[in-house]
Amino acid sequence: MARKLLLEHDSVPGIETFEVYKKHGGYRSVEKALKKMSPQEVVEEVQKSGLRGRGGAGFPTGMKWSFLAKPEGVPRYLLCNADESEPGTFKDRYLMEKLPHLLIEGMIVSSYALGANLSYIYIRGEYMWILDILEKAIDEAYAKGYLGKNILGSGYDLDLRVAPGGGAYICGEETALIESLEGKRGNPRMKPPFPAVKGLWGCPTVVNNVETLMAVVPIVNDGGDEYAKIGIGKSTGTKLISAGGNLVRPGVYELEMGLSVEEFIYGDDWCRGIANGKKLKACVPGGSSVPILPAHLVTKTAAGETRLMTYESLADGGFASGSMLGSGGFIIFDEDQCIVRNTWNFARFYAHESCGQCSPCREGTGWMEKVLNRLEHGQGNLRDIELLEEINKKIEGNTICPLGDAAAWPVAAAIRHFREEFEWHVSHREESQTRNYGLLKESLVG
Amino acid sequence: MSSTHVDLSKRHSETPCFSPEKLAEAQKLMSLYPEGKHKSALIRILHMAEEEFGGWLSIETMDYVAGIVNIEPIEVYEVASFYTMFNLDPVGNYVFEVCRTGPCMLVGSDNIISYIENKLDIKVGETTKDGMFTLKTAECLGACGYAPMLQCGKKYHEHLTNEKVDELIAAYRSGELPK
Ligand SMILES: Cc1cc2nc3c(=O)[nH]c(=O)nc-3n(C[C@H](O)[C@H](O)[C@H](O)COP(=O)(O)O)c2cc1C
Ligand code: SF4
Ligand code: FES
Repeated sequence: MARKLLLEHDSVPGIETFEVYKKHGGYRSVEKALKKMSPQEVVEEVQKSGLRGRGGAGFPTGMKWSFLAKPEGVPRYLLCNADESEPGTFKDRYLMEKLPHLLIEGMIVSSYALGANLSYIYIRGEYMWILDILEKAIDEAYAKGYLGKNILGSGYDLDLRVAPGGGAYICGEETALIESLEGKRGNPRMKPPFPAVKGLWGCPTVVNNVETLMAVVPIVNDGGDEYAKIGIGKSTGTKLISAGGNLVRPGVYELEMGLSVEEFIYGDDWCRGIANGKKLKACVPGGSSVPILPAHLVTKTAAGETRLMTYESLADGGFASGSMLGSGGFIIFDEDQCIVRNTWNFARFYAHESCGQCSPCREGTGWMEKVLNRLEHGQGNLRDIELLEEINKKIEGNTICPLGDAAAWPVAAAIRHFREEFEWHVSHREESQTRNYGLLKESLVG
Repeated sequence: MSSTHVDLSKRHSETPCFSPEKLAEAQKLMSLYPEGKHKSALIRILHMAEEEFGGWLSIETMDYVAGIVNIEPIEVYEVASFYTMFNLDPVGNYVFEVCRTGPCMLVGSDNIISYIENKLDIKVGETTKDGMFTLKTAECLGACGYAPMLQCGKKYHEHLTNEKVDELIAAYRSGELPK
């Protein structure tokens, strides 16, 4: 289950340079795609691979590519989403720091498949030092004839550039990313039209996550069918997981989809269990926007089946008892953590990051933050819990972009699974300021 | 919401002006976009301007950038006030941005924030009297597995402890920038 497709060479010294990268098999997919395959054939391999977007939504990449409009004489663009701002997620950073050429390689073959001659990597502004790493690698690729005019004599031209953001989670949403890339505020656009029809500068555009574009490399090298053999069902291939919170060994891991959650948390090859000998209290498996799971639903589903690191298994049970693989931002809470405090913390994040265009999101996230702040600080009442649920319903489905839902759902899930703890904050106003609710029901008594 | 009111009273004492090299760099950045799409370089040029002109964007700086990019000043204000990395108020020589989001909080970012507050005798949002340090908080900076952490300029300082914070502050104070 420790199969590595992207991180195979991440520890090789100098792998961030063109020479070393090439020596370890780098840029083979460019030779193959540009010399032996038509763009359509590359798209077909990606379709066969079953690859799903690694940015969070899990949408099939091949299908997304097939939606790209191709009007005559209009340029098309491929944008790499390197905005990585979903709390808990730090895999793209690792991938780009270590393997800038893998991203460039993935972007060359993907741009070729889509017929794009100018592509951008949009990177969050805080990753400015990674922008430097990427630009250095891009310069090397130009110098070696892998970027620019007539790449490897194939007649295909591609320019690749990097553009930084300025600190705004919302710019990870693809239409906000496009706005930002146009030099504007990152306000998401109304859809339709979708970027596939009208994206950057009004032209057909595909936006893909860093990891998605890197995964295209082994797909082209080994074929879509080979890739599809890895993993389980509709969760094909490997997935990068960034694990954080109260773990013995947090970090970035590449795993074959289908590894059990239990093995991932406790296994020697993986996170090695909960830090400081504590017990597991809860887990947010896919970034702050996905529902939190209480300990008993982390390693097993409600039906008692082993929970696996796949899109389907993590979502098993729907909103009642499941969560989502999301962006792979895996966050572990030990027994000492306060769910109310964390829910407030995340609500504050969304209130801070709402772009403010739609009132349900702008006002709703602000209210949730306020009410949760009150509860966390021992000044709430039972009515506040209902109020949170009401605000949630007002946001859900009533906004331009999914940030509203992303803010509402985690609060709903926290209340669903940890209602007693919220109530305890109301019934133990003072005590809740000096100690945590802990793991057990019994602590309600104490 | 990340929009901030642009306070017109905040002014720079001198008129900002890029060195010829920086100006050429800004022009190169704009030239890399397709014909007529050079506004796309705005965010990057604002980062450059902030670095050049004291770590923040005054009205003068923003107006100057508007001139370079050849757009209306309001287009620059709109952008500068939207993105949290841009400081619209003066800051110290070093800005510490401590991540306060969930995963960092789980492993003690709150303590690090109070420790720095006490150590520097300032609150979040304030600058030390000697103008050396400004303390801010930030939302998830993509370092959750190496938490607690803070960003200062381009540099991430991770796995923070009180001792590490002491060392960091001493290093910045002494002028030998920590690695
Ligand atoms: C509020 C919000 C933030 C997002 N942030 C990111 C991000 O940081 N990185 C990313 O790849 N996708 C992010 N997404 C998802 C993108 O909108 C988009 O689905 C993704 O980049 C598509 O690429 P993929 O199909 O390769 O996953 C975000 C979505 C929303 C609604
Ligand atoms: S849902 Fe929130 S973030 Fe998305 S467009 Fe509306 S206000 Fe902006
Ligand atoms: S939560 Fe602090 S870096 Fe992600």
